[in-house]
Amino acid sequence: MPSREPCSEVMNMDVLGNYKSVVSARSTDKEILKHSQDGGIITTLFAYALEEGIIDGAIVAGPGSEPWQPEPVVATTKAELLAAAGTRYNISPNLCLIKEVTRSYGLDKVGIVGTPCQMQAVRKAQLYPIGLRDVDDKIALALGIFCMENFSYQGLEAMVEDHCNQKMESVKKMDIGKGKFTVYTERGAVSQMPLKLIHKYVQPGCHVCLDYVANLADISSGSVGSPDGWSTVFVRSTIGNGVWDGAIAAGLFETKPIDKVKPGLDMVTKLATEKITKNQKNVDARKTVGLKADGTPKGLRNPYEGP
Amino acid sequence: MPGRTPESKPEAKPPVKPSDVIVEEKVEVVQKEEKPVAEKITIGELHLSGCTGCLVTLADNYAGLFKLLDDYADLVYALTLVDVRHVPEMDVCLVEGSCCLDDKLSVEELKEARAKSKVLVAYGGCAAYGNITRFCRGGQWNQPGHESYVPISEVVDVDLYIPSCPPCPQEVRNVAVMAYLLLRGNAEQKKLATAYLAPLMQLAQRGDTACGCDLMYDVINQGLCMGCGTCAGTCPVRAITMEYGKPNVNRDQCIKCGACYAQCPRSWLNFDVINNYEGIMDAIKGAMQ
Repeated sequence: MPSREPCSEVMNMDVLGNYKSVVSARSTDKEILKHSQDGGIITTLFAYALEEGIIDGAIVAGPGSEPWQPEPVVATTKAELLAAAGTRYNISPNLCLIKEVTRSYGLDKVGIVGTPCQMQAVRKAQLYPIGLRDVDDKIALALGIFCMENFSYQGLEAMVEDHCNQKMESVKKMDIGKGKFTVYTERGAVSQMPLKLIHKYVQPGCHVCLDYVANLADISSGSVGSPDGWSTVFVRSTIGNGVWDGAIAAGLFETKPIDKVKPGLDMVTKLATEKITKNQKNVDARKTVGLKADGTPKGLRNPYEGP
Repeated sequence: MPGRTPESKPEAKPPVKPSDVIVEEKVEVVQKEEKPVAEKITIGELHLSGCTGCLVTLADNYAGLFKLLDDYADLVYALTLVDVRHVPEMDVCLVEGSCCLDDKLSVEELKEARAKSKVLVAYGGCAAYGNITRFCRGGQWNQPGHESYVPISEVVDVDLYIPSCPPCPQEVRNVAVMAYLLLRGNAEQKKLATAYLAPLMQLAQRGDTACGCDLMYDVINQGLCMGCGTCAGTCPVRAITMEYGKPNVNRDQCIKCGACYAQCPRSWLNFDVINNYEGIMDAIKGAMQ
């Protein structure tokens, strides 16, 4: 049995992953910006890829049966993309459509958006397609979003309704930034809670995540590092590079060099390092959480060491 | 036929053209094959108590199967595809189906395959975990006395698992290419193949029971699930739905193929392989062109 490199190797890897270029950007599409969380990067890129035939459709987080509950949908038009724009702060299990999208939806070129862990799932699905027949070569564009942690729906409900004292259905926008979780309502109220209070609502599975900026996406994007209304964009793969260059040439984005904006790449690096360092400690702590009869530590399962 | 012997005698005197041509053709074929054969690995498929879906999956690589057989592997044993009656020596043996203990031949052939292969693969859910044969209690037509079906690792040591029902053509293709690199490649290729195959080998060590319950026991109960949805997307019988961001398994519908857990990014995630996804996928694509 070949022994695996210990997961501390991850620590030595650049916390921002491999990328070809990084830039601060904002969509030039006013309609998209009205719906988007920050710079409208994901929505604009998918709309462009749809129009150019790079993808036949994209798995995105559409509206679910309850307010602020995302449900994976296959968007094949700009209108469907717009309905899915913005951040929902609880996970949309987009991978649950990864095979179906090539079957009953009949897509040959699939776009998918997801958190860093979902990008890991996409790449594992391509390299080890154990139960995903005829899917690996149909993933045409995987877009990642920065993610510090995520919440269960019920956790988000507790934050919005108990802590912020607002009804889920009256909320217009949620945002995390500047040390606060902020809720904006349809009628103009703004409620906030400090980030240190939200930790108990974080999904346990997020505590072992060692990726902040979706290292394995073709292109990844998030607000951190860029001014309000703008997004930081990492262009990572050959596929991502082609799509980004095409979108820029088509005039779909305004861009600013990342070293010319505040707070800039240092902030991204800082938060990525914080997340990965904290979670690496959690992964390590799991190894000694219990106690064996002989007095030595007993560990929990470590997904980075094997099944 | 005795009556024809006198007629065949004069054949030896003048050289008959058609037979000469045939002989020449044969020589040519052998020469063409000779060089690649020396470098290829040998793969066989042993068919036990399975539905032949695993074997069909191999063929579902279509042109990819021909490429595999042209450049990387000789198929030396397989039901209907190869006219060989007895388990031969081989580098990689893919075993399809669980092993029926009530069928002596199955047990003997499985042991023989183990003895004669370098790498023994539990190919598909039945061989790895029993899959639907886990539900058999005998009494079925036309072998009502056959009721004891076990995953093959209860009879022989297994090196590597390829779970799911059916398995995926692209996965068995990847394993075949990696097995070729492992057995015939240079040092760097061997290292890559070892890293790629490691988790599938670890799966074989993990055990021979699988169920949608694994998602509960080994992912959610262990505090590792982040709700990505891969398990629900993977399940071949749609026994898994995502409810409030977590998998919900319909256990009566689960066939125990092991696909959901093996596909889950929190069952294993080997950064040494997955971080290099672009290069590895290009390499496999290149190898298949």
